[in-house]
Amino acid sequence: MATAIERFDERARRRFESLGRTVVYVGELRRHPVYTRFLHWMVALFFFLALFSGFGIYLPWLFRWFTPIFGGGPLARALHPWFGIFCVFFFGLQMLNWLKPMMWTPADTNWMRNLRGIVSGKEKLEPPDTGFFNAGQKLQFWEIVIGCVVFLITGIILWAGARTFGSTLVAISYVLHDVSAIVMLGGIFVHIYLSTIGEPGTFQAMTRGAVSEPWAWTFHPAWYREVTGRDPRESYEKAREETERAVTQNPSESKLRSK
Amino acid sequence: MSDRKTLQIQRMSAHPGPIPGTGVQRDVQVCKLVDTTTCIGCKACEVACVEWNDMPFGATTFDNTYQTMPETRWNFWNLIKFNEHPREDGTVQWLMRKDQCMHCADPGCLAACPADGAIVQYTNGIVDFNQENCIGCEYCVSGCPFNIPKLNPGTKKVYKCTLCSDRVGEGLEPACIKACPTGCLKFGTKDDMKFIAEERAKQLRDNFGMEKAGVYDPESIGGTHVIYVLHDATDPERYGGLPKNPTIPWSYTVWKWLFKPVLGAFALFGGLGVLLHYVTVGPRRPQPEPPNKEGTNGNGD
Ligand code: HEM
Ligand code: SF4
Repeated sequence: MATAIERFDERARRRFESLGRTVVYVGELRRHPVYTRFLHWMVALFFFLALFSGFGIYLPWLFRWFTPIFGGGPLARALHPWFGIFCVFFFGLQMLNWLKPMMWTPADTNWMRNLRGIVSGKEKLEPPDTGFFNAGQKLQFWEIVIGCVVFLITGIILWAGARTFGSTLVAISYVLHDVSAIVMLGGIFVHIYLSTIGEPGTFQAMTRGAVSEPWAWTFHPAWYREVTGRDPRESYEKAREETERAVTQNPSESKLRSK
Repeated sequence: MSDRKTLQIQRMSAHPGPIPGTGVQRDVQVCKLVDTTTCIGCKACEVACVEWNDMPFGATTFDNTYQTMPETRWNFWNLIKFNEHPREDGTVQWLMRKDQCMHCADPGCLAACPADGAIVQYTNGIVDFNQENCIGCEYCVSGCPFNIPKLNPGTKKVYKCTLCSDRVGEGLEPACIKACPTGCLKFGTKDDMKFIAEERAKQLRDNFGMEKAGVYDPESIGGTHVIYVLHDATDPERYGGLPKNPTIPWSYTVWKWLFKPVLGAFALFGGLGVLLHYVTVGPRRPQPEPPNKEGTNGNGD
């Protein structure tokens, strides 16, 4: 079973790599293949379509201005489940694709203990044993997995309605569907922040598929070690000495930079 | 031909702000009284409903009872439910109950509905669906304690008994009332109908030996604008789908009006939180950063 999934993912990755390409410049590392990037943006697209078409049904008196975007209430209601199905479908593939790097390890438990230092910005470098994904990313991933399962089950119940599933089940699903949306939306805010302005240099991982080496040794040191064979701390110290030397040799540079 | 409606709306599904038309007009609470003890199951009301509302003559289902079909349909709003109740002495009692929308004072359908103005309640108590606003989600079906709203799968619009709002608005009684040959159906103000119903129940208790006779006007949903006189008011379930304590699922009450906005706001605070993080703590950059003014190179030491 597991190997069948791996073979499927392997084939998909190869197929997609021949459709698109991932250019890695000198000083960069390859992060996400075309297949992963394609799935990620399909998930994001359909997630937001489902989210916005759902807003008008979630709190109609507040979000009624969302429904005209989808051609009015009836059409928004008719499209919403399909957006959701596509989102869950693509995320399902992404889940298989990412199952391995998303497994929880002792390093992740360690990372969670450091959470305060990381959020407060005191710890500039991630713990040295942080691998391809950190514990925060893994938690979010598994939250979305659970969320998608809840969405799918409760969504089908709401879709077919009380005629098929009875009033009680529909009423319960109504609440759980909301809970799943609220939790996921809260998480997505954090996700978008961290992958864009919160941790500069991350966004290109999902667009071009490559990241800079400093990004890698800062945020995912164990992964850096794995793919380059170099020690992340050493690489960092070397780079730091170089910048400092450059600054002392050329003080105008430092004035320029500090503006 | 003025645009002044005969019926004014007092409640409207999913509507932000005040209800237009509030306070324009004084109105009495109307009520339909169904006396199950004098219903002979003739189905004149079923036919009158189909006739007045110009509904198609659909196929009926024969299942060895005196009931026209298992339940109401989107284009068949008035059904005489037939049930056999075994008495203690071994004989059976035939129960005929006219099943239709109960026009609850606290309508579960209206509470559940997410479409602005798809369900309205007039000041006279009638609960009515405006199909042009309906988005076909069927939440009303699960909000209704009486299994009344029905979806037209072809058009994705929900329909139910209107209490002949078109007739009542013109000062006429509903079509079913007009057709009833035994006087088992009556129509008037809620106060009058309640009075007559209680008198009739008392008569049944005093003169007909039905000690448990009573009126069905469930308090749990604020009372209804269709009330029944029952042979045995302690066990309404025996009449087929008449719950003793009808309730609206809390998903459409507390959850919808309190938790949804509050928890939704919490999710939005997530957005506010990251914004605050950005302007206070600031982004985490790949290291090393270029040295800053104080001369440290930003790695915390
Ligand atoms: C505009 C919106 C979004 C942006 C800018 C964005 C950006 C990114 C980036 C740059 C990564 C790579 C992180 C890395 O390589 O370490 C990533 C990963 C990921 N994205 Fe998104 N994403 C967005 C929306 C979404 C949505 C809507 C979902 C799911 C519903 C999602 C799910 C994920 C998951 C599960 C990962 C892997 C774990 C993680 O990095 O947290 N993303 N995203
Ligand atoms: S199906 Fe019912 S709850 Fe949904 S919009 Fe129509 S009337 Fe409202």
